[in-house]
Amino acid sequence: MTASLELDRLSLAYDTPRGALRVVDELSLALPGGHIGCLLGPSGCGKTTVLRAIAGFEPPIDGRILLDGAVLSSAAHCLAPERRRVGMMFQDYALFPHLNVQGNVAFGLRRLDRACRQRRVAEMLEMVGLAQAADSYPHELSGGQQQRVALARALAPSPELLLLDEPFSNLDADARERLAFEVRDILKHTGHTAVLVTHDQAEAFAIADRIGVMAQGKVAQWDTPYNLRHHPATPFVADFIRREALAERRAAAYARGARRHG
Amino acid sequence: MIWSCGAALVALIVCAPLAALGWQAWGASAGHWSHLAQYVLPQAAANTGLLLLGVGALTAVLGTGSAWLVSAYEFRGRRILSWALLLPLAVPTYIIAFAYLDLLHPIGPVQGAIRALLGYDSPRQFRLPDLRSLPGAVFVLGCALYPYVYLSTRAMFMTQAANVLEAARTLGAGCYAAFWRVALPMARPAIAVGLSLALLETLNDIGASEFLGVQTLTVSVYTTWITRSDLASAAQIALTMLVIVVGLILLERHGRRRQRYAAAQRMRPMQPLRLHGWRALLAAGLCALPVMLGFVAPALYLLWETQKRLHLVGGVSRQLWAAAGNTLAIAGAATLITLACGLVVAWAARATRDSGRRRLTQLYARAAGMGYAVPGTVLAIGLLTPLGLFDQALSALLGTTGLVLMGSAAALVCAYAIRFLAIACGGVEAGLARIPPSLEQASRLLGESAGGTLRRVHLPLLRPALGAAALLVFVDAMKELPATLLLRPMNFDTLATWLYGEAARGTYEEGAVAALAIVAAGLIPVILLARGQEKMPETRDRDQKPKRTAVDRHDPAPVHGDAPALAGAAHISDKQP
Repeated sequence: MTASLELDRLSLAYDTPRGALRVVDELSLALPGGHIGCLLGPSGCGKTTVLRAIAGFEPPIDGRILLDGAVLSSAAHCLAPERRRVGMMFQDYALFPHLNVQGNVAFGLRRLDRACRQRRVAEMLEMVGLAQAADSYPHELSGGQQQRVALARALAPSPELLLLDEPFSNLDADARERLAFEVRDILKHTGHTAVLVTHDQAEAFAIADRIGVMAQGKVAQWDTPYNLRHHPATPFVADFIRREALAERRAAAYARGARRHG
Repeated sequence: MIWSCGAALVALIVCAPLAALGWQAWGASAGHWSHLAQYVLPQAAANTGLLLLGVGALTAVLGTGSAWLVSAYEFRGRRILSWALLLPLAVPTYIIAFAYLDLLHPIGPVQGAIRALLGYDSPRQFRLPDLRSLPGAVFVLGCALYPYVYLSTRAMFMTQAANVLEAARTLGAGCYAAFWRVALPMARPAIAVGLSLALLETLNDIGASEFLGVQTLTVSVYTTWITRSDLASAAQIALTMLVIVVGLILLERHGRRRQRYAAAQRMRPMQPLRLHGWRALLAAGLCALPVMLGFVAPALYLLWETQKRLHLVGGVSRQLWAAAGNTLAIAGAATLITLACGLVVAWAARATRDSGRRRLTQLYARAAGMGYAVPGTVLAIGLLTPLGLFDQALSALLGTTGLVLMGSAAALVCAYAIRFLAIACGGVEAGLARIPPSLEQASRLLGESAGGTLRRVHLPLLRPALGAAALLVFVDAMKELPATLLLRPMNFDTLATWLYGEAARGTYEEGAVAALAIVAAGLIPVILLARGQEKMPETRDRDQKPKRTAVDRHDPAPVHGDAPALAGAAHISDKQP
């Protein structure tokens, strides 16, 4: 359950009417098992494309994706998403609206027999603190609850790797940080390897063991949060981290001002 | 891969009749063509042209005028009228013509009442101009088809006009000026879309023009094949009609192009202006007129005739029951097949990830929807050769004689499926467009295959959209007349052909009963549509709220297809959680 992930000179491209557009260029990184990695960058830097490639939705044009040393994707061969044992939490949660919470969490457990399945579902819901909502439908839940269901559903089949696509962007600022810590606790408790994609620095620093700052399809620095703050490798990284922090302070000041005046 | 092959096969079957048509027309001798060009085409083309012009003008005025009145003003009865104006959609053109022929007969109830009122006692002294004429056909078809224009224009007024109209008012434009200078120019694309649909229906119509004695191209195709068995000439006239169809589709495309552009703006219904006194009465009267002419009068007539007949005879003849059974059976079979094909085509376009093949599957979806624009007679003539070839091949294979498709109602089912596939495709596509792609990906990552994802995620979510599409296909198949007339086996009647036979013989015995059954079935989708239309601005607002996803970028309305069908499908898929 603690598989290590390796991206080896991975290149990804989109088909456009004017030919292939390279969005990720020879990206390499390694994440040890049980660690939480994060790709951080402005929108359009290719970070979500990397995540989709790890999930198996984007075949690479070059390079490899390895999980515990086994090749998942290469230019020649791309394992189907349903056979990778990779879980994913989507930005919009992607809960099945026609199934209740139990049904959603049980969706990926079809190979288990009935009793095992029910036990596993109960266990997962207990873990995310939603045991009482098992019969509710997704639209009856709050955003935070929906997110926990999505997490429980993704973890239920015990994937070797969990992917999280902007997992907290649909929540308001207060809930965001709280849930980020909560998710980190859960992942550390279960020992999952996870990769998170976000444009929000606070989120990245709250949850990740390793952060990669991305720009224009490349990782500028792949390092621990401490090193990013204190030993930025390039001027871009230094500038990006500082500017974000500044914008955050400004936004916080603005929010305080608005509260005072409003 | 299997899906895209299936989609290719469906697209091929839809295109086969058109290809066959070209081949037949091409293979005809030059003598045919000169004969046609000299004696048949000029008169038929002129009639068709005049009919299209007249119906176009009448539907544009009735549809746009009533849409503006119920959108911009508040008056007593507006709420009821705003959906009642759709009711004529439930009445096929041949039934309206059938009803009016009797209603306006020189010794019928209307002219009798007028004579009694004016003190004449013989039709020789006073009579209205004969309905059996080109103006009569324009009147009948206009009353039946204006809802297409009303529907598209009203939707546009409800969702897009508010801001701009309010801006115009602040710039000093009065109500009338706002209509002529802002609302009407803005509504032009919507009018074009509605008009093209109404005119496609006009071109498709065979019953009304035949009953009213207008020799249109459609009627010419029919008589050329049925009375003279001249397939080459029929194919040539049919090709001429296809030219008009292409023109109408271009008009529709043009309209939709502009509509898509306009739809990017924020949507909000306009605030209606309250009318009082005689103005309110006038507005209500003007809006009630098309409803009266297009629905209430014919429906009351049919009800009256039906009860008279049932009272007189005490029941319905066995043959009519048989016709009703036939209608239900083939409409049901056609619905099943059409939905299955629509699902294959739409799912292939959705599930193909590779972009090169994706473009191909989208092309298949386009081709599969073409049947709706092709008039029923044209489709039937085009189908004769492929069906015949298939039958020959089959009997050679099995070593039997006999016509499997042509000799049975299977040919009808095939024709209906081709003609109404656009409804099924459009419905499924609109339903799929509302399912975010992340659901599919989530299911795949949870270990489900593509087929399993369709079964466990999409089919349950598509159920409302599929139900709506099934209803529309079923009712449209029930009403279909032109292709049915040409392709039905000997001594095989549906309700529509039964009615046609009675009207053509002038016997008027049980025709009204059959007509009433068709209208009653036709009312169901119209009611659903009306309910959906009233909800439209609200649902649009709801759509605005969530973050823009790929779903919004998807254009849910395919170009072909009938407005009520698509609006109905869209409405029902709106209800998904």
